[in-house]
Amino acid sequence: MDLTLKIWRQNGPQEKGEMKTYPISGVEEDMSFLEMLDYLNDKLINEGIEPVVFDHDCREGICGMCSLFINGEAHGPGRKVTTCQLHMREFKSGDTIYIEPFRAKAFPIIKDLMVDRSAFDRIQRAGGYISVNTSGNTIDANAIPVPKENADKAFDAATCIGCGACVATCKNSSAMLFASAKISQFSLLPQGQPEAKERVLNMVHQMDLEGFGNCTNTGACEVECPKGISLENIARMNRDYLFASLSSNK
Amino acid sequence: MALDSKVPAGTLADKWTTHKGEIPLVSPANKRLLDIIVVGTGLAGSSAAASLAEMGYNVKAFCFQDSPRRAHSIAAQGGINAAKNYQNDGDSVHRLFYDTIKGGDYRSREGNVHRLAEVSRNIIDQCVAQGVPFARDYGGLLDNRSFGGVQVSRTFYAKGQTGQQLLLGAYSALNRQIAKGRVKMYARHEMQELVVVDGKARGIIAKNLVTGEFERHSAHAVLLCTGGYGNVFFLSTNAMGSNVTAAWKAHRQGAFMANPCFTQIHPTCIPVSGENQSKLTLMSESLRNDGRIWVPAKKEDAEAIRLGKLHPNDIAEEHRDYYLERRYPAFGNLVPRDVASRAAKERCDAGYGINKTGEAVYLDFAAAIMRYGAEEAHVKGLKNPSDAEVKALGEKVVEAKYGNLFQMYEKITASNPYKEPMMIYPAVHYTMGGLWVDYNLMTTVPGCFALGEANFSDHGANRLGASALMQGLADGYFVAPYTVGEFLSKDIRTGKISTDSPEFDAAEQAVRERTEKFINNNGTKSVDFFHKRLGKIMWNEVGMARNEKGLKQAIADIQALREEFYADVRVLGSANGMNPELDKAGRVADLIELGELMAKDALERNESCGGHFREEYQSPEGEALRDDENFAFVSAWEFTGIPAEAKLHKEELTFENVELKTRSYK
Repeated sequence: MDLTLKIWRQNGPQEKGEMKTYPISGVEEDMSFLEMLDYLNDKLINEGIEPVVFDHDCREGICGMCSLFINGEAHGPGRKVTTCQLHMREFKSGDTIYIEPFRAKAFPIIKDLMVDRSAFDRIQRAGGYISVNTSGNTIDANAIPVPKENADKAFDAATCIGCGACVATCKNSSAMLFASAKISQFSLLPQGQPEAKERVLNMVHQMDLEGFGNCTNTGACEVECPKGISLENIARMNRDYLFASLSSNK
Repeated sequence: MALDSKVPAGTLADKWTTHKGEIPLVSPANKRLLDIIVVGTGLAGSSAAASLAEMGYNVKAFCFQDSPRRAHSIAAQGGINAAKNYQNDGDSVHRLFYDTIKGGDYRSREGNVHRLAEVSRNIIDQCVAQGVPFARDYGGLLDNRSFGGVQVSRTFYAKGQTGQQLLLGAYSALNRQIAKGRVKMYARHEMQELVVVDGKARGIIAKNLVTGEFERHSAHAVLLCTGGYGNVFFLSTNAMGSNVTAAWKAHRQGAFMANPCFTQIHPTCIPVSGENQSKLTLMSESLRNDGRIWVPAKKEDAEAIRLGKLHPNDIAEEHRDYYLERRYPAFGNLVPRDVASRAAKERCDAGYGINKTGEAVYLDFAAAIMRYGAEEAHVKGLKNPSDAEVKALGEKVVEAKYGNLFQMYEKITASNPYKEPMMIYPAVHYTMGGLWVDYNLMTTVPGCFALGEANFSDHGANRLGASALMQGLADGYFVAPYTVGEFLSKDIRTGKISTDSPEFDAAEQAVRERTEKFINNNGTKSVDFFHKRLGKIMWNEVGMARNEKGLKQAIADIQALREEFYADVRVLGSANGMNPELDKAGRVADLIELGELMAKDALERNESCGGHFREEYQSPEGEALRDDENFAFVSAWEFTGIPAEAKLHKEELTFENVELKTRSYK
């Protein structure tokens, strides 16, 4: 198929960026979206043009490294897919495709389509863990039964891949779906209880420090989330936050 | 140099406990004076960095991804083995040990494997305490499933995302230490060189991938937790960035590379669809519990399918060849990975492949759907249900079991596996070979350790399913944190290692020269062009079946490719700043050298064992012929300048606790 690609090019964090147009032919519908970009880059290299920089790694929808805002949607058309799982059969010959980086104040651009999402790591460091040393000498794994329903919900929350589609999609650039997924995972498990109050207060505080916006219950994040992380997690986080704010000794 | 595995004396079950008790301790005050570098943040790296920091060492951790959470351990699907015996099905540490030794085709070290089985139980306790949400049953206790090659149910899992959950657990432990300032994290950094001072690993040259700057980092010990090298085949189930550079640089500095030819080809992956494909996707081994593997029994049917003139559903039962069930009636579709992969290749080579390239077989769920459907109909009390009703009920059951995998398959192939059989073909998945390490996980360069898939130690010639996660976490949480003490206890008076030394100067200079060469090369071909060609050579000659002539040809071809690569590779842009093409060039340069060594290793191992199948050494029925008399050893290669001229050192394997038998799955 023949396509016209409009791609955001930006040489560095402080440089001015712009959309550049690249016509491309010979794209096959079995290619993944990123393979299409590989194919473009190979052509660009042959023409002596610097290839387009974008983040990617596992190419099977689990590492969370790939991003891209494609035709105005995080990870492009289709639901519950990451960009690496999007295939060119979703497009047709003659299409113009707009490819931009995930945009948010807290995700500064590094180069072209690559952004810095280290703010997510800093939110996790503020409390996204259970304080247990790795001695292996904890209690037996089956000593505390966990109701299946809670374990399953904790798992669903824990499947967040930290890609940032929620932030890129949100009109407020809020990271509440991301933060609430980790907070919910531990909130639903007995092991997470001792630090539950501090965790929610610290992680939310860090989220604000990083410059993410607040949630206004639009729900776009849930729609665009490649892993289908539920809005329910934000509600749970808000309840936990309120409870912690009112009852914490700190 | 004689290889000393340093496996402690004593009975098998006591070795680890005794050894732990004898390792010299480093006092808390002295730990604060010792620096450790950890390269890679997958299961092994994250868990090691977190554990060492908790103990009080100063840790610097490096990963090339934008966050430690993205290391490729995250993609592991099926599960993690542990000898918990929660199912009361007769499992034990000894049984896990035995299964692993046998599954590895008797090419691993007894002492290491037994230790792995011992600590497997602690891993599950540890992960649950960290909040890893394993699957549970309705009583709230942990659930288990079965995996290939064993007769007990010892695999713990979190749906099809076990690797993700375990890695995020280790990442959370790492984050806790980063927050405390005990680990300094360097993301988007890649190790470019190992720095050896007075014969000891004392630091690395790392590249900041964002700025392009080279940084000197010193330490008293360096831990390489950098995963496997499956990307030498270009197409594999590995992540795009997975590479051998860190391990290869250590090899060039004196660390021996062990059994590099032991590669695991996973039987159930989505077949290659075209020339522009960048990676292959695995379909979990668990599918072989219910899927039946077949090809048409008649060549003309296979041909008609390839031409699109015949649909698999129209081939009558008696004209199908369920070749695994035919050849291995005892284990059927659940034979180990190496056996299943070879059998698929044998059928496709004979002309029975069923996609347009002729390299695919069917994995068919029709029988399972009808079987489950009939069960459901019975449960629901339906009298004389129609086939369509049974099928609909059965599809629901299959969806509950494998829904996410079926969906993933459909996304990639645009074909519905509920309605027509899946097409699958073997693909490179894991590398059992790696840096040679002793019982303490130290390489032949003192102070340089290798953990997880990066070392060679526990899986012999073939890894069992759900054992990679176990080994990564065992090494990182429970083995290395103790065993580095033996080396570091001698360093408490050394003081900080200076980065202002001739050794660091020379290492940085070498890295700069390599980089500048690529940038100023003015070649005409992209890095991928060479990587793909390397992959083709490796897949054709050093893949699932190998022979002397092909391996010799591969060595010659790879040497020629290397020359052409350096003469003609084109890397645009500059060395100052983000330049992924430049980074890729460095990785591919090392993969090319590694490929040559793999071919050499495969050529010298005149036997078939596990993932290494030499066509000259097979029974009349096409089964692997192992040669315990002449090849019960670990091949450890010393770099001498040209990979094919590496010097072979042998570590003889002694088996005191198991009897060497021919693996039979018939």
